[in-house]
Amino acid sequence: MQLTTWLQLVLGRPFRRAGHRTALVAAGLPLHLAVVPLWLWLLGTMAALVRAPGAVAVTPLPVLLTLVVTPLLTVGQRRRYRALVGKDLPRPAVPGPGRNWTSAVRRLTTRALWRQVCYHAVAGPLLAVLDLAVLAVWAAALVAASIYVWIWALPPQWRVTDLGYTTQAVYITAGGLALLFLGPRLTGALVRLEARAAEVLLGPSRTEKLARRVADLAESRAGVLDAADAERRRIERDLHDGVQQRLVSLAVNLGLARSTLGDLPEDARKVIDEAHREAKEAIAELNNLVRGLHPAVLEDRGLDAALSGVAARLPIPVRVAVDLPQRPSPTVEAVAYFVVSEALTNVVKHAQATQADVTVERIGETLLVVVADDGAGGADLAAAGGGTGLAGLAKRVASVDGTFSCRSPAGGPTVITVELPCAP
Amino acid sequence: MRAVIAEDSLLLRIGVVKVLEAAGFEMCAQVADAEGLLAAVEEHRPDIAVVDVRMPPGFTDEGVRAALVIRRQYPRTAVLLLSQYVEERYAADLLATNTSGVGYLLKQRVADVEEFAEAVRRVAAGGTALDPQVVAQLLVRRHSDPLDRLTPREREVLELMAGGRSNSGIAAELVVSESAVAKHINSIFTKLDLPKADADHRRVLAVLRFLGVATA
Repeated sequence: MQLTTWLQLVLGRPFRRAGHRTALVAAGLPLHLAVVPLWLWLLGTMAALVRAPGAVAVTPLPVLLTLVVTPLLTVGQRRRYRALVGKDLPRPAVPGPGRNWTSAVRRLTTRALWRQVCYHAVAGPLLAVLDLAVLAVWAAALVAASIYVWIWALPPQWRVTDLGYTTQAVYITAGGLALLFLGPRLTGALVRLEARAAEVLLGPSRTEKLARRVADLAESRAGVLDAADAERRRIERDLHDGVQQRLVSLAVNLGLARSTLGDLPEDARKVIDEAHREAKEAIAELNNLVRGLHPAVLEDRGLDAALSGVAARLPIPVRVAVDLPQRPSPTVEAVAYFVVSEALTNVVKHAQATQADVTVERIGETLLVVVADDGAGGADLAAAGGGTGLAGLAKRVASVDGTFSCRSPAGGPTVITVELPCAP
Repeated sequence: MRAVIAEDSLLLRIGVVKVLEAAGFEMCAQVADAEGLLAAVEEHRPDIAVVDVRMPPGFTDEGVRAALVIRRQYPRTAVLLLSQYVEERYAADLLATNTSGVGYLLKQRVADVEEFAEAVRRVAAGGTALDPQVVAQLLVRRHSDPLDRLTPREREVLELMAGGRSNSGIAAELVVSESAVAKHINSIFTKLDLPKADADHRRVLAVLRFLGVATA
C-alpha cells in the first residue's frame, strides 16, 4: 500500500461526509426539542390541577397542540431523513384521503399517528440529548486540537486560565486529535440510530410492511397466473390456426389421393393408406393434447360445456354435474378445468376404474370440485408426475389459494376434492 | 347440388373444395368469415353451406351463430358445421332450432373423402349428420336411467342412429346384418319408450328429443 492511499484511508475517509452529517444532526435539534415546551406546559397544568382542581379547561390544550404540530414535525423529520439516508422514508398507510372531519377523526385512531407522537415527544428529546453530546464532542475536539492557536491568538484578558506553552497543551492537543478521529464515528453511529428510530416510529410498522408485501405479492402472483393463462390461450390459438389445419389438410389430400388414383400399384396404395391413417391418428393425438391447454369453448360457454367434452373423450363412462348460478373468474375456471381434465386422465391411466363422477358446484364463495372414481385406489400424492400428477394438480390449485385433498385408500375408491376461492 | 364454403384456413378450404367438387358439387362461393358467408348465401341461395365454427374476428363460435341465422332466414339452405373439436353445446344450439338440414362434424372427417361426401349429400337433402363424438357428449349430458338399461351394442347403434345413419349404414359400420340392426333399434325404442318411426330423420328427432336437445 502506498503511503498516500494509507494517509487517505486514515485521515480522509472518516471525514468525507462528517461535516454534512454533523450539520444534519444539528438540524435535528430544533425538531427534536419542539414538543418539549408543550410537555413542560402539560406538566405545569397538571401540577396546577393538583393544587387547584378548577383549572381543567387548560389541560387539553397542550395535548391538542401536540396533535396539531405532530404532522408538521413529521414532514420536517422526513426531509431530514431523506438528507441523512439519501432515500425517502416509506409512509405508513393513511386511512382514506380527504380533509374532512371523519377522516381527521379516523386519523386520530390510527396507530401510525400515536407512533409519531411517541417519536416527537419521547424519542425526539432523548435523541436531542445525544445530538447535543455529539455536537459537544465536536466542539471540544476542535477547541482542544487547536489549543496552541488559542494560546497564541487570545488576548490575555479573555483567557479562563493562562496555560502558556506548557506540556499540558500537548496532551490537550493529542486528546483533541483523538476526539477528532472519534467524532465521525460517533456521528455515524448517531445517524444510524436516528434513521432506525425514524423508520420504526415514523415509517410503516412491521405488520404494515408485511401486509403491504403480501398485497404486492398477491398482485404480482395474480399477474403471473393471468399471463400464464393468456400464454396457454395463445399457444392453443397458434396450434389451431397452424399445425392442426395443416395436418387436416394433409389428411384430406391423402384421402383424395386414395379415392381418385384408382389405377395405382398395390404397394403405392398401401403406402398412401398407411400415411392417411397416420395423419388421422396424429390429428387425434394433437387434438387431445391441445384441448388440455385451454379449450376455446371454456372461454366461450364456461366449465359445463368444456367438461362434457373432456368426459366424452374418455373410454369409461363419466357423469358430469355442473351447477353454477354464475360463471367464476377466467382464472378459477381455467384451474377447475385443468384439475378435472388431469384428474380424469389419471383415472384412465392408473386407476383401472369402470366409471368416474365429476361434480362442480358453488357453495358461498367457494367453487367445490369433486372427482371420484371406483378404481383400485392407492393414488400417491408424492408420485412424480412432471407437473401433471397429483402433486402438479395440488400446485396449480395452491396457485389460486385453493385447497386440494386426495383420499385414496388401497382398494379404492379415490376421491379428489378441490376448493377454489372465488370472489362473490 | 350447389354449395358455399366458409373457412378461414386457406389450405383447408382448398382441400374441402377439392373433395366437394370430386363428389359432384358445384361450388358457388368460397369465403373466410361469417359476414362473407351470409352475403354469399343471400346471393347464391345454395343447397348447402359448409361452415367452420371458429372464424375471424373472434375465433370462438362465429360459425355456429351464422349457421343459426342461415337456418332461420334461408330454410332451403342446409348447414354443415366443421370444427377441430365438436362441442355438445354448439350442437344443442344448432339442433334446438331445427333438426333437419343440419350437420356437425370434426374437421378431420373431411379426410375420409367418401364418407364426408355422403354426409354432405345427406344434410343437403334435409337429413342430419352428427359426429359420433358429439353424440357421445350429448349422452354424457344426459344421465337418465333408461340409457343405463341399454347394452353396449345398443348404445353403439343409438349413437350411429343419432348421427343420422340409415339401417344399412349402421349395419356396414358395425359389420352386422341389417336385420340385427333392426332388432337392436326395436329393442332401443322399447327401452326408451319411444314410438317407432320409419323415416331416418324422424328417428334422429326422437333420439335427440330424448337427449333433451331438440325442443321441437
